[in-house]
Amino acid sequence: MNERFVNILIVGAGPAGLAAAISARENGITSILIVERENEPGGILRQCIHNGFGLHRFKEELTGPEYAQRDIDRVTELGIPVECSTMVLSVSPDLTVTCISSSKGFQVIHAKAVVLAMGCRERPRGALCTPGTRCAGIYSAGTAQRFVNLEGCMPGKRVVILGSGDIGLIMARRMTLQGAKVLACVEIMPYSSGLNRNIVQCLEDYDIPLYLSHTVTDIRGRERLEGVTVSAVDENRMPVPGTEIEFDCDTLLLSCGLIPENELTSAAGIAISPATSGAIVDETFCTGVPGIFACGNVLHVHDLVDYVSDESFKAGAAAAAYVRGGRTESSFIAVRDGDGVRGTVPQKIRAAADQPVSLMFRPAAVYRNSAAVVDWDGKEICRKKAMIFTPGEMALVTLKAEDLRGISGGTLTVRIERS
Amino acid sequence: MRSESDILIIGSGITGCAVARELSRYNASVIVLERESDVAEGATKANSGIVHAGYDAFPGTRKARYNILGASMYPALCKELGVPYRRNGALVIGFDEADRATIENLLARGKANGVRGLEILERDEALRLEPALSPDVLCALSVPESAIVSPYEMAFALADDAALNGVSFRFNEPVRDVSALPDGRYAVVTDAGSCVCRVLINCAGASGAEIHNRLSSERLEMVHRRGQYYLLDRADPQPFTRTVFQCPSVMGKGVLVTPTVHGNLLLGPTAEDIDDPLDTATTAGGLSEVLAKAFRTWPGLSVRSNITNFSGIRAHLTGDDFIVGPCDGCPGYFEAIGIESPGLSSAPAIGAELSGMVAAWLHLSRKEKTVPLPRRPKPFHDMTDEERARAVQADPSYGQIVCRCETVTEAEIRAAIRRPVGAYSIDAVKRRTRAGMGRCQGGFCMPRVAAIIAEETGLPLQEITKNGGASRLLSGTLSSFGKENADHE
Ligand SMILES: Cc1cc2nc3c(=O)[nH]c(=O)nc-3n(C[C@H](O)[C@H](O)[C@H](O)COP(=O)(O)OP(=O)(O)OC[C@H]3O[C@@H](n4cnc5c(N)ncnc54)[C@H](O)[C@@H]3O)c2cc1C
Ligand SMILES: Cc1cc2nc3c(=O)[nH]c(=O)nc-3n(C[C@H](O)[C@H](O)[C@H](O)COP(=O)(O)OP(=O)(O)OC[C@H]3O[C@@H](n4cnc5c(N)ncnc54)[C@H](O)[C@@H]3O)c2cc1C
Repeated sequence: MNERFVNILIVGAGPAGLAAAISARENGITSILIVERENEPGGILRQCIHNGFGLHRFKEELTGPEYAQRDIDRVTELGIPVECSTMVLSVSPDLTVTCISSSKGFQVIHAKAVVLAMGCRERPRGALCTPGTRCAGIYSAGTAQRFVNLEGCMPGKRVVILGSGDIGLIMARRMTLQGAKVLACVEIMPYSSGLNRNIVQCLEDYDIPLYLSHTVTDIRGRERLEGVTVSAVDENRMPVPGTEIEFDCDTLLLSCGLIPENELTSAAGIAISPATSGAIVDETFCTGVPGIFACGNVLHVHDLVDYVSDESFKAGAAAAAYVRGGRTESSFIAVRDGDGVRGTVPQKIRAAADQPVSLMFRPAAVYRNSAAVVDWDGKEICRKKAMIFTPGEMALVTLKAEDLRGISGGTLTVRIERS
Repeated sequence: MRSESDILIIGSGITGCAVARELSRYNASVIVLERESDVAEGATKANSGIVHAGYDAFPGTRKARYNILGASMYPALCKELGVPYRRNGALVIGFDEADRATIENLLARGKANGVRGLEILERDEALRLEPALSPDVLCALSVPESAIVSPYEMAFALADDAALNGVSFRFNEPVRDVSALPDGRYAVVTDAGSCVCRVLINCAGASGAEIHNRLSSERLEMVHRRGQYYLLDRADPQPFTRTVFQCPSVMGKGVLVTPTVHGNLLLGPTAEDIDDPLDTATTAGGLSEVLAKAFRTWPGLSVRSNITNFSGIRAHLTGDDFIVGPCDGCPGYFEAIGIESPGLSSAPAIGAELSGMVAAWLHLSRKEKTVPLPRRPKPFHDMTDEERARAVQADPSYGQIVCRCETVTEAEIRAAIRRPVGAYSIDAVKRRTRAGMGRCQGGFCMPRVAAIIAEETGLPLQEITKNGGASRLLSGTLSSFGKENADHE
């Protein structure tokens, strides 16, 4: 068995892993290794050939591959090795990582810090428990995207999309441009889970109807999909009899949410938050196991890659500080989801934190002209007003170092105060 | 195509495969005709996977006899063929005094059938064995001999073994007609041609009665009884180690909660009579019934970990027992009909007996040598680090993980395609390797698996199907698609 030693090992060469590597190097760490299971770096961005990436970070509109290439170029320039076609099989709490590839075989790598940047995967049909037949022609939107953009193949001709996640919206446009007929986009919630700009540019511009508060209640076709039934749902998301609409289609794309890919994380004994399905971390993105950090979509699902990169730069810097031994023992301030708030990250803040801390979360519903408020043991310490909070867009409140001054324990609660 | 053989078997479910394997030991030509594109596409791929101990069937029935005999053959057979099998034991739980009476009946029946180790446990003992059980249980029948098996993997191994020993499997050949010829032989017409044989064996599952009725004047009536399931993600440890049944009724063995040999949890089945023997759809009503009933066994149930739903169809004869053997008035025609539960458990015994009858009728001699089924390597998923290191050193394609959820390597996918009865569709590869069986249900690996099948078979990617027939994954390439649409305009 091939054994090696590195300072920082990064799992995944998507935008999160690449940014963490760049930042760790810029913070003085020399021996860094990125391990990526695909045959090229870039992560999910490789198949996102539409533009709309990088508006925040680069102030220009790039395609996914263009955005990824900037980080890949920087990683190359800094001489950070990326081992592709190599799958990480395990990460252990003592920071030993095992991985396998055809070229190097089975390797055991000992690290001083590990950054988890494995991204996420799409929720499959099983997770939705949709009844009907199990025929061909039902794909997650990302699988269809991969077929079209990477393999040059069309999954079908008449398409219904279940779920209004961004990938589904992007694929509605992509399939239409390639000559398919997209009949409908169906969303069980009363609002879309995708970005507003995608609703406009991918559905409205192509006259694709969006059915809110509707879901697919039956799937027909013995071999290949022949049709689906769509029904309205009540406020408990139960189908309302008599509202059925039949669609004849050969393809159903599912865009019903993403789930962080945390098998390695759980197997390492790291606690996972039920709200985010990602690791529980502190404000340095350190998980419950000292020396193991997590960032990007594996930590919580982001809307924009720009935010992934931003978070991952911080995580990379924190991993570098950890390797240099610059971490002091500290007690924690707990962070809790309050009214109207879901999945706040980080879930805890070290009392010794001397930097501003961004609290990221998903609004539980649509709130207009409201405020996000952070309380510490019942006392308000920060407030941020917004015209609209929606579940489709991650919200953020930043606590300044002075907001936290004098706080060394207890609980911070993030909540939405409706006007 | 017109062909001749000594023996022709209709259906490659577990019954047909077990019969075929036994017959491959004799000097005779054997053809198996299967409607679908693979082995085990009928009830054999969609059942509870329990090797029943044999307490449920009434003493004296064929169900009881084949169940007891078949179940006793499983451990050695699974070992020989490398099929996952575990004797995990079972509990039949009761919630009230009526259930207790049923359980006492089952105990008596089981004893009469010769099942060992049966005993009735009281509430506390049952809860001690299975702490996730509902505290509402009153008592339970403990069945230590109950076991779990991977039913389709058993069928694949039997089919591979049969094929290695000369049996020819022909897929995508639905039998449309059967008739007796004046010379005593049988003619079988399929979509692809016809076959003439000296012995015809009907192992056609749901179509069993229909084929029987074409040959025999004694009509059989079959009811198609669907069972729907939830399959939950692997978890370590699973909440249950034993199979937990509720009390059986006239419709079936009731809703169970059981671990599978691969560490998933299975909930189901329902029992609904349906008209179309091929209608394996799930329904909102059926799925919610499974949940409601399983919840009674396991109050901690959460569907958050559901990875798929499916259903299978029981081939129930109104006579309520299996029919196995020669058919009166049709010399040379043999059958295994009405093979509903415990048909999986019974298959090895049915295979052995039915093949013996056929061999005697045809006066077949046994082959001197049989080709043993080569040992399949341990799945990569179950290997230790050292074993993984050695595997990838010997074959670098072990270094390419195709399915992330179940850690299936390219080496294993290629090996599945190259098995004696090979895998040529996404589902065929999935059932042989578990690629795509995990929590993402093939979202990531399916395009890659399709590409490997295309490479191995030389077929274009567009021809690759989910499970044969018209179940193509793709409708064309971008260029051909654009063109075709342009032509329309
Ligand atoms: C269809 C689609 C459309 C999108 N559109 C936009 C948009 O318009 N604008 C925008 O800003 N953002 C968009 N995004 C979001 C953006 O792509 C993601 O936020 C970003 O890619 C997440 O980065 P990541 O590094 O966390 O994950 P990923 O990009 O998923 O990278 C994770 C990497 O880790 C690797 N990996 C995982 N496990 C292992 C292992 N065990 N061993 C080795 N390697 C491993 C994976 O192969 C992968 O390369 C879109 C995303 C999708 C899917
Ligand atoms: C819901 C459910 C749960 C069950 N649970 C258990 C259990 O836990 N334990 C147990 O022991 N048993 C169980 N069973 C029973 C068991 O699954 C069956 O007895 C067994 O699989 C039957 O195998 P078979 O080969 O006879 O039929 P099948 O597997 O149905 O095979 C018949 C084959 O014949 C083919 N065929 C049909 N018509 C034609 C034609 N005209 N031409 C060519 N081919 C044709 C079909 O395509 C199919 O491949 C269960 C069954 C169901 C439905």
